[in-house]
Amino acid sequence: MARSDVQLMLDVKAGDDESFALLLHRYRSPLVNFLYRMVRNREQAEDLAQEVFIRVYRAREEYVPSAKFTTWLFRIATNLALNSVRDTRHQRMELSLDAPITTDAEDGDEKTLDVADKHPDIEQHLVEEARKKMIRHAIDKLPEKQRAAVLLHKYQELDYNEIAKIMECSESALKSLLFRAYETLRVELAPLVAGAKA
Amino acid sequence: MSCNRMENRILPYVDGRLKAGEMKEMEAHLKTCAACELRVNEFRAVSGLLDELPQIVPSGAFDARVRARVAAEPVKQSWWSVFAPSPRVAFAASMLLLATVWFGSRPSEMVPTNTGVEQEAQVVSDLPVLENMDVLSNFDALSDLPQPVSDESNQQQQPDTNTEM
Repeated sequence: MARSDVQLMLDVKAGDDESFALLLHRYRSPLVNFLYRMVRNREQAEDLAQEVFIRVYRAREEYVPSAKFTTWLFRIATNLALNSVRDTRHQRMELSLDAPITTDAEDGDEKTLDVADKHPDIEQHLVEEARKKMIRHAIDKLPEKQRAAVLLHKYQELDYNEIAKIMECSESALKSLLFRAYETLRVELAPLVAGAKA
Repeated sequence: MSCNRMENRILPYVDGRLKAGEMKEMEAHLKTCAACELRVNEFRAVSGLLDELPQIVPSGAFDARVRARVAAEPVKQSWWSVFAPSPRVAFAASMLLLATVWFGSRPSEMVPTNTGVEQEAQVVSDLPVLENMDVLSNFDALSDLPQPVSDESNQQQQPDTNTEM
C-alpha cells in the first residue's frame, strides 16, 4: 500500500531521503504544469518547481501535519508563481510584442511554425492550434489570482476549501473569484463556447 | 430565489460539488430561470475547453537537478552531534561527569575532623575537676593574685571576705 503524502513527509523529517524522492516523483508533473500555466515559460516553470521542492526539503525539520500536504505544496508554488509573474510582467509584455508565430508551446518545444512542413492534415492541425492558442490566451489574460484559482480548480482538482487555504482567503471569496474568472473566460471564449454548446 | 444568490453555486453545481439540499434548490431555480440555465451550460462549455489543453512533461534532467540541489543542502546537526566524530571525547566527558556526580553525592559526616575529636576528649578529661565542689569552693588560690595599689578600701575589705568564706 502506498504511503500517504503526510507519512512520506514525516519519513523525510526523520531523515529518509528516499521518501523525498517519492514525493518528488509524485508531484513533479502537477507542479511543473501548474507553474508553466502560470508563468508561460517552461524553463522558468521548472526552476520554480525546483525551488518549491527545495523549500519543502529545507522545512522538513519543522514540518507538522496540520494540513494536507498538497495545500502546503501548492501554497508555496502559488506564492512563488505570483511573485514571479509580478516581477516579470514588464519583460513578458515586451516579449509578446516581438514574439514570432509559434506552434503549441504545450509540447515544451516552442518551434517556429514551418508552414512548408507537409503535415497530412495541415488545415485541421492549424485549426486545432488556433483553438488551443485562444484558450491559452484567455487564461493568460486573467488577473494572476483568478488564473491561479482556475488552474488549481480545473487542473489540480482540489476542493474549494483547500484552494481557499492555498489562496489564503475565505471559501466564499474563492467561489466569487472563480465565478468572475469563469465569466471572463466565457466572454473571451464566446466563439468556442457557442460552438461547444451547439 | 434570486440569481445573485445562485451565482456562487453555479460552478460547484457544474462540478457536482453542491450538497444535497443546495443541489435541490439549484435545480428548482434552473427550471424557472433561463438566464442561469444558460450560464450553467456556458460554464460547462468553458470547463470542457480548458480540458483541451495538453499537459507538458518535465524535462529528463528535472529530477537530477532537484536531487543535486538537495545533496548540496547543508546537513543540520544537533548539539550532541559535535561528539560524533570523536567517541573518545564523548567517553572521557561522560566519565568526568560521572566522577563529579559521585564525589558530590558522598555524605559529609563520613569525613570527621581531628580538632573536633580532640576538643571533645579535653572536655571529658576535665569533668572530674568541674564536678568537685571542694575545689570549686576553695578561693585560696585567689590570694596569690597581685593586690591593686590605688584602692585602699578594697585592700581592707579583701581579707574580711576571705575570712568569712
